[in-house]
Amino acid sequence: MTTNAQTEVGLLARQHGRWHWSEFAFWIVVLAVGLAFPSRYLIMTEILRLALFALSLDLILGYAGIVSLGHAAFFGVGAYCAGLLSVHGIINEPVLALIVAGLAATVLGFATSFLVIRGVDLTRLMVTLGIALLMEALAERFSNITGGTDGLQGIDIQPIFGVFAFDMFGKTGFFYALAVLFVLFLLARIIVHSPFGLSLRAIKNNPLRASAIGIPVNKRLIAIYTVAAFYAGIAGALFTQTTALASLDVFSFERSADLVLMLVIGGSGYLYGGLIGAAVFRMLQELFQWITPQYWMFWIGLVLVIIVLVGRHRIHAYALWLPNLILRQIAGRKAAVALTDNEAP
Amino acid sequence: MTSILTNLFDGVAYGMLLFVLACGLAVTLGLMNFVNLAHGAFAMAGGYVCAVLVNRIGWPFFAALPMAFVASAVIGALLERTLYQHLYARSHLDQVLFSIGLVFMTVATVDYIMGSSRIFIKLPAVLQGQFDIFGVGIGRYRLMIIVICGLLTVGLQLVLSKTRFGSRLRAAVDDPRAASGLGINVPQVFAFTFAFGCGLAGLGGALSAEILGLDPYFPLKFMIYFLIVVTVGGSSSITGPFLASLLLGIGDVAGKYYVPKVGPFVIYTIMIVILIWRPNGLFGRTATR
Repeated sequence: MTTNAQTEVGLLARQHGRWHWSEFAFWIVVLAVGLAFPSRYLIMTEILRLALFALSLDLILGYAGIVSLGHAAFFGVGAYCAGLLSVHGIINEPVLALIVAGLAATVLGFATSFLVIRGVDLTRLMVTLGIALLMEALAERFSNITGGTDGLQGIDIQPIFGVFAFDMFGKTGFFYALAVLFVLFLLARIIVHSPFGLSLRAIKNNPLRASAIGIPVNKRLIAIYTVAAFYAGIAGALFTQTTALASLDVFSFERSADLVLMLVIGGSGYLYGGLIGAAVFRMLQELFQWITPQYWMFWIGLVLVIIVLVGRHRIHAYALWLPNLILRQIAGRKAAVALTDNEAP
Repeated sequence: MTSILTNLFDGVAYGMLLFVLACGLAVTLGLMNFVNLAHGAFAMAGGYVCAVLVNRIGWPFFAALPMAFVASAVIGALLERTLYQHLYARSHLDQVLFSIGLVFMTVATVDYIMGSSRIFIKLPAVLQGQFDIFGVGIGRYRLMIIVICGLLTVGLQLVLSKTRFGSRLRAAVDDPRAASGLGINVPQVFAFTFAFGCGLAGLGGALSAEILGLDPYFPLKFMIYFLIVVTVGGSSSITGPFLASLLLGIGDVAGKYYVPKVGPFVIYTIMIVILIWRPNGLFGRTATR
């Protein structure tokens, strides 16, 4: 009986883990868009960075149910780490520096995960927010190292592998970011479809029951929080490397809040939500900045309020209505682009 | 020695101000379990109403203060009836998103109408300057804050403990279901308290223009302070937030004066430590509800 159940669960998991053709289509579209608009590399690179950052939050919010308002802490650590490595010429190879910056954020993530797993939603919100503010205060305090409000001066990123130099149109930066995002996406995909990822979903749905069937809840939460910190650190390092900037702004509360918004737009808990959300968010931002350059924050706020009042489920249902209709006509069955049943708590 | 006393005095004034600003939030959080990050927006609304009345229309400062209260309370009541009440049953994530959205909208709106620079409210001559008592410098404005906020605190405590409305409110906080079973109209009690809390925040906002500084980013800048007061103080009584705000006020003023380089670092660290040590707040209940 148990072996039967196990194989069935395994089969199901493997079925879910298999690549769907729509996923191939998604990445082909991404690549095609990248090749089709060579004059828009800078903004597309920004979207990729945001997407990676949102992917990081999706890992803990969508899969483990941890609401964080301070994810910018890891982003900032990654950003400053990459910047400092470059300024002081410690590691000149961008890819290596990227990994080191990611690991620095991982260390912080591991250290703070013990604080975050304690307590309920509100305490978590406060603690994550507090950690981000703490990092910002630290960066301001040690402004002789971080450059304070002026930002880090003199970041010069060397060519990737010593071959591909960063150009002023951002072409190298774009493909570099795309490659990093894709590799990390594959990794995240493996993680969430592994038994480890399944146990996270169990924890999210009901921590008490999860621990009753023998899942070490706290250890799993620590693990995924640490992994998410690594992802956020990489996103931050990518930010520094592609823009050659790092200022106190990387820790700002708005960054964390925007991140949650991206994930809410795209939908959490199926990995692509962060990527789609990041693209939609950046487009919206661009649109709003074009309408009212100074007051775009108002429209972002309005979008948030409307999303919440209408309900996240319903918005996604509306948004997916047309694509689903087309897919049903072509494929003759229910489309795969649908949210998983367990939405964020 | 005198500088210590002056700092203590300033810290108490600052803490009392924080209490008036944040005690409405304690009710929202304690009674309806609603995470309202937009509380500072109501405070800012009060502050700007007061500033407009005093600076542009020429009302006396003391007449504009009650208007700041009324304006914020009315805005709060309207928003509670139209928007907030639909979200009580939602998840914390939804509530956080909604209130952040409101904050963003307010920040941009105020920026649009009033400009992005810090504004000052013209104070009457009575409130300017300071005088010495046994060599301790006492700022007149801060003394007024302590008097007003102290009276408010005593009043609140009396209303909560002595009046019928107070006992209804306490019953609703303790157990909303049992309270409504006893015929207490919990949504009404809550709407009223919400509006009153917003009004207090508005009054606090008007008073804080001189001390904290009033600009469109006020709700974002001080959001963390309000949350610290409520989470550290616990939301089951008003004594908890009151003590927490005094601690925070004195700690912040003393920290800025004696160890200016460490800055806000100390506050955040203490908050995290307290939250880890007692997730329900320093003066909150030990059992989770």
